[in-house]
Amino acid sequence: MSIYVNKNTRVICQGITGKSGSFHTKGCKDYGTQMVGGVTPGKGGTDFEGTPIFDTVEEAVKQTGANATMIFVPPPFTADAILEALDAGIQTIVAITEGVPVLDMVPVYRKVRASKSVLIGPNCPGVITPGECKIGIMPGYIHKRGKIGIVSRSGTLTYEAVWQTTQLGLGQTTCVGLGGDPIVGTSFIDVIGRFQNDPETEGILMMGEIGGSAEEEAAAFVKQHVTKPVAAFIAGRTAPPGKRMGHAGAIISGGKGTAEDKIAALRDAGIEIAESPADMGTAIQRAMKAR
Amino acid sequence: MKIHEFQAKQLFRQADIAVLPSHVARTPAEAAAAFEKLGGSLAVVKAQIHAGGRGKGTFIENSAQRGVQLVRSAAEAAQVAEKMLGNTLVTIQTGPEGKKVNQILVEAGCDIARELYLGIVLDRAASLPVLMVSTEGGMEIEKVAEETPERIFKEHFEPDLGLQAFQVRKLCKKLGLTGDAAKSAHRFMTAMCQLFVATDCAIVEINPLVVTKAGQLIALDAKVSFDDNAMFRHADIKEFRDLDEEEPSEVRAGNAGLSYVKLDGNIACLVNGAGLAMSTMDIIKHHGGQPANFLDVGGGANAEQVSEAFRIILDDKNVQAVLVNIFGGIMKCTTIAKALIEAYQNVGFNVPLVVRLEGTEVEEGKKLLRESGVAILTADGLTDAAQKVVAAAAAHNKA
Repeated sequence: MSIYVNKNTRVICQGITGKSGSFHTKGCKDYGTQMVGGVTPGKGGTDFEGTPIFDTVEEAVKQTGANATMIFVPPPFTADAILEALDAGIQTIVAITEGVPVLDMVPVYRKVRASKSVLIGPNCPGVITPGECKIGIMPGYIHKRGKIGIVSRSGTLTYEAVWQTTQLGLGQTTCVGLGGDPIVGTSFIDVIGRFQNDPETEGILMMGEIGGSAEEEAAAFVKQHVTKPVAAFIAGRTAPPGKRMGHAGAIISGGKGTAEDKIAALRDAGIEIAESPADMGTAIQRAMKAR
Repeated sequence: MKIHEFQAKQLFRQADIAVLPSHVARTPAEAAAAFEKLGGSLAVVKAQIHAGGRGKGTFIENSAQRGVQLVRSAAEAAQVAEKMLGNTLVTIQTGPEGKKVNQILVEAGCDIARELYLGIVLDRAASLPVLMVSTEGGMEIEKVAEETPERIFKEHFEPDLGLQAFQVRKLCKKLGLTGDAAKSAHRFMTAMCQLFVATDCAIVEINPLVVTKAGQLIALDAKVSFDDNAMFRHADIKEFRDLDEEEPSEVRAGNAGLSYVKLDGNIACLVNGAGLAMSTMDIIKHHGGQPANFLDVGGGANAEQVSEAFRIILDDKNVQAVLVNIFGGIMKCTTIAKALIEAYQNVGFNVPLVVRLEGTEVEEGKKLLRESGVAILTADGLTDAAQKVVAAAAAHNKA
């Protein structure tokens, strides 16, 4: 089993003719993802290396039976692209785009949450079920099918965790990048809940970072609902308050969102803490052995 | 993006949000003229910098001078301006180095009956903007939140609907505002929430928000910052950016498409990805070192960007060693190795450089580094890299 995506997922790319859109459509296709189409308004009827392009998502869904989308359109148009995918009934919407105005996401978030669709991102690396389906910008070859569910707010830090679990022979069931923005469509809780219910997932590894309270909420959820071993790493112990650390969401403001607070909450929930980013794979290994 | 108090008040005036009459001055003569123009018997001179705590802050050049001062004549306004302009104000938010004051605001006085607090931010947990008010105006709001949280009142609002009248009524009841003051509060709060949405604010903070003896709400102070990601649709607000208020190395990095934050330590780092960049700082600290910066070169950095990144981190005189940590995903390790070698030769290193590469084409990348003849220490894994760079910095410090 896997969560969100599998070998039957049929994927389109919104913004397929852009530099990143075309590059990563090819990358996903090479990995084995069923890339069934793309959307660029005004370029319908043409194709990208054999993948048909449509003017609207509605048309793409009708013609290809797509049930997932990977969004690469520029930030001013991302909210519109997400709503278009939602309108067309796309089930899994993955928004890679970085730099979306946060107030654009407020109404989009509420619409998505009221629907049956799932939005992952924006400003995220995407989602991958190793050996079956990759939707996003992560390097495929570092992954290995296995038993750990990975969920994270950042990109390259996720690769680090994936690589460590691959080298330890643990492997991954599904890896989800939530995104580094203040408002993202999917939370730690959503993903951890799915991992808890996924029979293939034996351990859960989460990577959080400073800012907001998503990690504290996840800790409370784990304490109440999760029986599987969980390990966590929080990035930004050394980050000074009031400074945005790259991600729009990674900022300590008003004394809230510090790494220490998050680590304390996670520990309290019985979650194994990786003290160093080199220790993420071994932390989940420790948590699993302790059972 | 932050703006000055006087710029925020300019936006408030356009949005029909009550502020006191005031004029900006950049010379003592302008300050005297501003006092005359206001026409009152007193005025307040306020240093304009991008940091709070000005009222209690003092100047490096003259420790008796505060960042906000009451004056009673044009001559006194000029004297105070003389002491502030061109000098450096240190507040609890500026750090010990302080900020140079290039302009001051000369503002009329008013009859204050009460001091309240008003703030608007995005509540991430609710995924909605939230209006917060408090009876404890003039205090540090973090302190109020900690000590007397029951004195802070919150109402969330939908950006497209705005703040509703019943929400204002609830808040007025809690704040004890009635009659004219309640009417004034309705106008003030509604307009402020509209402004927050219309201009893509990140934070609006009015502290204190005063209620005059006549029952009018007036923004006595104004702290406003904006969502950088939304500035493409606000050319007018972008004009407010004051580069003098920003760390020059951070501005330079921004121009090169790099995300850089200067810190106080002695080990510089260059990393791809924000989460990994923060984690790299953490692991340096974990092994006993002090990070000198946060630096994310992004996913597709080229040789020119890497060179500029090296120039920026080496300009920091505290730096005694550099750690490069790249997890090559889309970016191949061979590409980054070539960029590193080229940058190393261009920039002229005077401190040790430790490089940890992982990911796509890693063996070929390491081989390129080894064969290049440049004095780069290669590391295997994160722990090894952190230990090597901490040791290298210590050795360099002694030498």
